Amino acid sequence: MEARFRINGQERTLSFPGDAVLLDVLREAGYLEVKEGCREGACGSCLVLLDGVLVNSCQVLAGSVDGRAVTTVRGIGTFQVPHPIQAAFVEAGAVHCGFCTPGLVLAAYALLEANPHPEEAEITRALDGNLCRCTGSVKVMEAVRLAARRLEDRHA
Amino acid sequence: MRELKSVGRSTTKIDSLALATGQERFTADLAPRDSLVCTLLYSPQAHAEVTRLDADAARRTPGVVEIFSYLNVPRVLHTTAGQGFPEPSPYDAVLFDSRVRYVGDRVAMVVAESEQAAQEALKKIQVEYRVLEAVFDPEAALLPGAPLLHGGEDHAAIPVVFRPEENLCAQVEISFGDLEAGFADSDFVEDHTYRVQAASHCAMEPHAAFAYLDERGRLVVVSATQVPFHARRIVAMLLGLPIRQVRVVKPRIGGGFGGKQEVILEPLVALATLRTGCPARLVLSRREVFVSCRTRHAMRVRLRMGARRDGTITAVEMDGLLNSGAYGTHALTVLSNVGAKVLPLFNKVENLRFLGRSAYTNLPVGGAYRGYGATQGYFAFNQHIDMIARRAGQDVVEYCKRWHIKAGETSGVFKALGEGKEGVEQVVRSCALSECLDRGAEAIGWSRKRGKRLPGGPDRVRGVGLAVCMQGSGIPRIDMAAAAMKMNEDGSVNLMIGATDIGTGSDTILAQIAAETLQLPVEAFVVLSSDTDTTPFDTGAYASSTTYVSGRAVLECAEKLRGQILSAAAALLEEPVEALRIEDGTVAAPSGKRLSYAEIATTCTYSENQQQLQSQGSYVCEESPPPFLAQFAEVEVDTRTGRIEVLELISAADCGRPVNPVLAEGQVEGAAVNGVSYALWEDYVYDAAGRLTNPRFWDYKIFTARDLPKMRTILVDSEEPSGPYGAKSIGEIAINGPAPAIANAVYDAVGVRLFELPMTPERLWKAMREQAGVDSRGGGAGKGGGMQG
Repeated sequence: MEARFRINGQERTLSFPGDAVLLDVLREAGYLEVKEGCREGACGSCLVLLDGVLVNSCQVLAGSVDGRAVTTVRGIGTFQVPHPIQAAFVEAGAVHCGFCTPGLVLAAYALLEANPHPEEAEITRALDGNLCRCTGSVKVMEAVRLAARRLEDRHA
Repeated sequence: MRELKSVGRSTTKIDSLALATGQERFTADLAPRDSLVCTLLYSPQAHAEVTRLDADAARRTPGVVEIFSYLNVPRVLHTTAGQGFPEPSPYDAVLFDSRVRYVGDRVAMVVAESEQAAQEALKKIQVEYRVLEAVFDPEAALLPGAPLLHGGEDHAAIPVVFRPEENLCAQVEISFGDLEAGFADSDFVEDHTYRVQAASHCAMEPHAAFAYLDERGRLVVVSATQVPFHARRIVAMLLGLPIRQVRVVKPRIGGGFGGKQEVILEPLVALATLRTGCPARLVLSRREVFVSCRTRHAMRVRLRMGARRDGTITAVEMDGLLNSGAYGTHALTVLSNVGAKVLPLFNKVENLRFLGRSAYTNLPVGGAYRGYGATQGYFAFNQHIDMIARRAGQDVVEYCKRWHIKAGETSGVFKALGEGKEGVEQVVRSCALSECLDRGAEAIGWSRKRGKRLPGGPDRVRGVGLAVCMQGSGIPRIDMAAAAMKMNEDGSVNLMIGATDIGTGSDTILAQIAAETLQLPVEAFVVLSSDTDTTPFDTGAYASSTTYVSGRAVLECAEKLRGQILSAAAALLEEPVEALRIEDGTVAAPSGKRLSYAEIATTCTYSENQQQLQSQGSYVCEESPPPFLAQFAEVEVDTRTGRIEVLELISAADCGRPVNPVLAEGQVEGAAVNGVSYALWEDYVYDAAGRLTNPRFWDYKIFTARDLPKMRTILVDSEEPSGPYGAKSIGEIAINGPAPAIANAVYDAVGVRLFELPMTPERLWKAMREQAGVDSRGGGAGKGGGMQG
């Protein structure tokens, strides 16, 4: 089947088998920053924003989201112009192997968009769908706190 | 020493921004679009002979290119362990066998044009099995009459004990002093048996590899590997190619923790590519990683210690039995490390015996896993130390400070026990463990909390516990690393290293070491690592070797390049080389004349004294300086349910001088959280037929941000004279302490010892009930844990 998506602000028409999941369709279309860690919706490596809502793209039938907006980690900031959350992850030392990082950055983004001043428990709840074996999540938490402060300064 | 400018600073990881913005590429991202898809068929039987394998129907499936099995792949005995050569692991595996030894053992591989075709063909392969008796328990496996897993031509590649006719895939025994006299000299003996479980590394990137033939017919393998050079050697051997015909490249890799030291997928994609001439890829599912890759070795450790009333340990006997699973990968060396990384820590023990055996069983295969035997051994050791200190009426913090090995001291264990052979004698030259103990105790509020059984709420009691440990920094006289550098005309430097950054940040810290030596900013280095064609050799990312061994190679290389820069500058400036000094990317003469590296390199490249400024360095470690660690846990036990909550975990670590403190802390935190998760939750749960029942993250839970205790890492600097700028390793050590620290804290809270991991609510609840039963009958402390002190 064929469907239209707005991916990172760009209109794309993609064709794929009817039972394809969004993760595979995105990777097939070159969005390789979306990672496959478990294919069961348990690890958060394949998180994307679907009309601004965080989803595990391995659990979403691609055909079911025809016409909607998909944002990957490259859609919120780039190597040349990183988003403050991405910069905070770098600065806090929250990026080790980096495989889970796109998902974590998007989980942090979704949190801070909805709640710019999260409590500690709100941060941990927001990151509960992301597995990260390398960092033990300690510096990831620091990165999210740092990003929240940075974003606040920017808006101030 | 002059003030350091690059080493000791928390430079951001050089790949981190590209990773955080999704630019970096991992193995599965790089596989050519048109590559063939490899898919594996696994055994549903724990132990069986394949009596018939019919792949004709599968082969006729549209899109299927080839099917491999024992019928069409030569038997080449090898080990997948990914170690140096000759390997200390037995040669007991072939790519495809007519015998399967565990549920998940490889039976066949389909190579197809699409995933769908491969999956369809997989279902059409007909296999008939003659089921054999299976054995899952390592004690039972060693009994006479037990079903045997191996034999025939299986052999050890080095002279070690290997008796497949007894299911014994490794054995180690050392002793010194007079054990019986030591026990006779003791006032009391603690004798307990501990059990630790198998676990999965859970690197977020599943194992992946692909292969293709380059323009001139050479085989290129791109792999998520910790050991590109070992992978090259093993691929060449298995496929009968000269090493020069094989190139292995590691791109970004999504974590390893020992799991990607195993060379499992590389020979398979290489086989597919060589037979078909086409690029081929193999990317495992999470379930395949759980079942058919490697695990931490489950182990039973019996520890007997005799001590005098004053706490002096007079005799130590450790008897370890390691469940190797179906193949013997790392079965000898993990086993050796249970003693080698644990017993030297309390080095005043004069009478000691260590006996270790590894048994084959029909279960998933054990392998390298962060901690590498030390994790298994320290769970037993630290609980024993806690018991002995209590019985001696001493505070365990002070007790450890008194008895741990100190700078200037040695242990007979260093020489007696190496990795599959005798070890290397060494004197510890840096040790800040006492300070780690003091600072950790202060941070957790030890004196306020220990032995107080503070209430945390209704039916909730708190306790604190301690664990101490050491690890190593590389394998002495085995691990070798090399580096090469060339200076470009703008004064920048290409740094080529065989070392393998598996997410640890080694590309960054090795650049920091080079930057320090050449007095350049880290940004002046272009780091290229882990490509067997373009970088020099390195044994790989394991055994806590990279900072220390690869770091020394980089240091030596940078010193040579510095010498060349100075010589070139001396000629250009017409000054004696001894008079010149290097500062901030320039060479300065006493006369006030000065040349920048760019000026020197440009001149050398194009006009005068023409030459490529370049150097190489190579280092093999002669010793393995241990990092040290004290970990303190505070727990709260729900006495109704047995649930343990870890409130706080303090890790105080001596890794020499940390090259990059934030990255060093990250190593400690990642390992520590993995250690807590292992201590409380993670387990391989099998059914009666030997099938893993929980090969998925929903059923094999690991800690996330939400589960974290309060975490604090304290780096206690020491200066390791043999290390690059005083550095020692930090990658593995912090996984060893959480389980025993938590177990000791649980005892502090409720007076119950847990001898088996994971420490689930059921286990603690049962242990508390059992103890209450014993106590109510008026009995004393039974074997298996009683109240003391």
